[in-house]
Amino acid sequence: MAIVLVLVLVVVGSVLFHLLSPWWWTPIASNWSYIDDTIIITFWITGAVFSAVVLFMAYCVLRFRHRDGNRAAYEPENRKLESWLTIVTAVGVAAMLVPGLFVWSRFVTVPADATEVEVVGQQWQWNFRLPGKDGKLGRADTRIVSVENPLGLVPDDPAGQDDIVVEAADLHLPVDKPVRILLRSIDVLHDFYVPEFRAKMDMIPGSVTYFWFTPTRTGTFEILCAELCGQGHAFMRGVVMVDTQEDYLAWLGEQQTFAQLSAPAQTSSVEGKKD
Amino acid sequence: MVDVTPDAASPVPPAEVAEVELYHPHSWWTKYVFSQDAKVIAIQYSATALGIGFVALVLSWLIRLQLGFPGTFDFITPEAYYQFITMHGMIMVIYLLTALFLGGFGNYLIPLMVGARDMVFPYVNMLSYWIYLLAVLVLVSSFFAPGGPTGAGWTLYPPQAIMTGTPGGQDWGIVLMLSSLILFVIGFTMGGLNYVVTVLQGRTRGMTLMRLPLTVWGIFTATVMALLAFPALFVACVMMLLDRVLGTSFFMPAIIEMGEQLQHGGGSPILFQHLFWFFGHPEVYIVALPAFGIVSDLISTHARKNIFGYRMMVWAIVVIGALSFVVWAHHMYVSGMHPYFGFFFATTTLIIAIPTAIKVYNWVLTLWRGDIHLTVPMLFALAFIVTFVNGGLTGLFLGNVVVDVPLSDTMFVVAHFHMVMGVAPIIVIFGAIYHWYPKITGRMLNEAMGQFHFWVTFLGAYLIFFPMHYLGLMGVPRRYNELGDMALLSESAHQLNAFISIMAFIVGFAQLVFLFNLIWSIRHGREAGGNPWRATTLEWQTPQTPPAHGNFGKELPVVYRWAYDYSVPGAKEDFIPQNEPPSAYAASRGAV
Repeated sequence: MAIVLVLVLVVVGSVLFHLLSPWWWTPIASNWSYIDDTIIITFWITGAVFSAVVLFMAYCVLRFRHRDGNRAAYEPENRKLESWLTIVTAVGVAAMLVPGLFVWSRFVTVPADATEVEVVGQQWQWNFRLPGKDGKLGRADTRIVSVENPLGLVPDDPAGQDDIVVEAADLHLPVDKPVRILLRSIDVLHDFYVPEFRAKMDMIPGSVTYFWFTPTRTGTFEILCAELCGQGHAFMRGVVMVDTQEDYLAWLGEQQTFAQLSAPAQTSSVEGKKD
Repeated sequence: MVDVTPDAASPVPPAEVAEVELYHPHSWWTKYVFSQDAKVIAIQYSATALGIGFVALVLSWLIRLQLGFPGTFDFITPEAYYQFITMHGMIMVIYLLTALFLGGFGNYLIPLMVGARDMVFPYVNMLSYWIYLLAVLVLVSSFFAPGGPTGAGWTLYPPQAIMTGTPGGQDWGIVLMLSSLILFVIGFTMGGLNYVVTVLQGRTRGMTLMRLPLTVWGIFTATVMALLAFPALFVACVMMLLDRVLGTSFFMPAIIEMGEQLQHGGGSPILFQHLFWFFGHPEVYIVALPAFGIVSDLISTHARKNIFGYRMMVWAIVVIGALSFVVWAHHMYVSGMHPYFGFFFATTTLIIAIPTAIKVYNWVLTLWRGDIHLTVPMLFALAFIVTFVNGGLTGLFLGNVVVDVPLSDTMFVVAHFHMVMGVAPIIVIFGAIYHWYPKITGRMLNEAMGQFHFWVTFLGAYLIFFPMHYLGLMGVPRRYNELGDMALLSESAHQLNAFISIMAFIVGFAQLVFLFNLIWSIRHGREAGGNPWRATTLEWQTPQTPPAHGNFGKELPVVYRWAYDYSVPGAKEDFIPQNEPPSAYAASRGAV
């Protein structure tokens, strides 16, 4: 009989925990509140199903537990009941899937006015690259990565000369501007994850992956690596600051372009040739 | 469904088998060590799986020591932590769950339940175990190898799995892990072919496919799936081994490591993920389907009622098995694969919820108007429904592509898969051991210890994994040995982690009680008799308990009915064994 009580307590306890516990998602800072809404719908549907199944089970155990002289009913199947349950389940599943796919189609459709920002992962730090005045990112290649050229930009690509390179420092983004994050890695898998933005995507050496979002409030947010990348994985943190437009432009003005960064390097390599 | 007409017209195999064909053991060695008897092989498989499983249990304690009390234990370095989680995961999924369900329960129950004398290829069956043991030994040896075991995570994603930044990546660890997996697949294939052929060809007279107990259906379908899925793991392991040892580039693109250009180029890390999950997702159901089958039989037997909707249950098992081969990339929604794949895989994944839900409904509807005996196996079966429904429902979060985006790679995923493919199947394993132990040893397991084991395990495991979902919802990533001063964390989240760790130690302790019970009851348990649960299936109708070599004495049983004739109206007893002829049933009916 203890089991009946415990089954009821599991349901009541789980629901109360869900409603009262202090552990909940971080305040959102992007346009992906749709995702939060889909999670809420899913919580309602699954919570109702969980409570119904477990409470029904508790009732069965209470009502049909063995007592002397009891005998079970003999009912091999009930086509009608089984069909109804199948249909109701299918409707419930569709109620979660349809909004989910609808939001996914938004998630994978990048708005035309999104600016591109590149994130480059390496064991165990974050680097960033923003397009310069031409609005275009130059080509990059892991095979030419060096100390002087940490992101492996192709030196003779004119589009890359004005690219702004941010090595192992904070990333700044302007608020309310959609941004397409291009993701690249020069060694192993990483994953660019900012809990407040709700979005994340793996970074794969040899490929460029992406996702997009619009930051909706200013603030400082922590970047976490969300794909196991070796023993330093837990310490691969970074900072992204969402600024007002003025603050953003001020920060941007302080950054160096690829051309500026590689100028001394080129001189030294020329000197090297002389020797 | 009460089909009591034996199919007299069908060609029947001879019921009696000449002595010489039974491969009777001739010495102690061939009886207990190099045995070809599926029952002995089953016990060897189970003992080895439980033994290595206890290593995984200890590893889980070490993991929880670090997560609950970070910075307290100096010996748990980041390298050690990643080695612990990798070995814990791999042991639990492959070397414990797969081996125990298929090698353990499959070997013991298939021949007995289908009315066969043994597996059809006893010698290959024996080899299967010894290769499995070799795989386990190779795995264990990596703990003692230079550099220790691999710390690549149980998913072994390249490139990091074979690079210096990962423990064991450029040492022996990953090589031994891949070798062990290759051996495991070879050994499993030998056993798996046996299980499939025995179910298809070894059934006794009258045992049609639609009279098989659901336990056999579950194990059979899981084995077919494993035979199709494990080759993907096999080739992935071989390819990675070539990348690591011979310097090929199947999975390795151009990579800079510690400022140095590696001698690789052109490979695809994501190809490995597709191969791994083409195995890995069916693997979830390879573990789940035997559990589904076994729990169906436990519920039916201990509720003294036929399983509700048997035909639907069989079809649900088959449909789940088939669908599970077209959902693998739901593990890869944020892997960077083409985003349009998300539409397809989210849809197939959520469709799988429908046959799965049908199974849940039919379990609880079997309880409805039953005569529920709250035995220890029944308690475990009820706990399975709770934990499985809980874990299955959180699967609807993670399977729904866009909901997965924030939750992927967080503790929500860890909580989900532990609930659904850790806690739930292991609870079934416990229920099944309490249920069949009397057949295997002739004695009952101690009831008081069983009750203690049940309550601590069920409630403890729920208290570990239910709150863990909410850490993931906050955004706590998985595979972090230290959360440190993570901005999103409150002090209470650290306290929750400490609470989870303490529960984990308590639940772990209860498993030691279970282990003690297993050993103690061999000598001191209550005498069980041949059929203590008054069950219908053939394994309970053997002339000896434990069943002798050859299982059924001189003549094989003839099956006249399905496996679920419990509480048949008019019958004297509340169960009619599958091999009871219709005339006996009529006689018992007349006596009422």
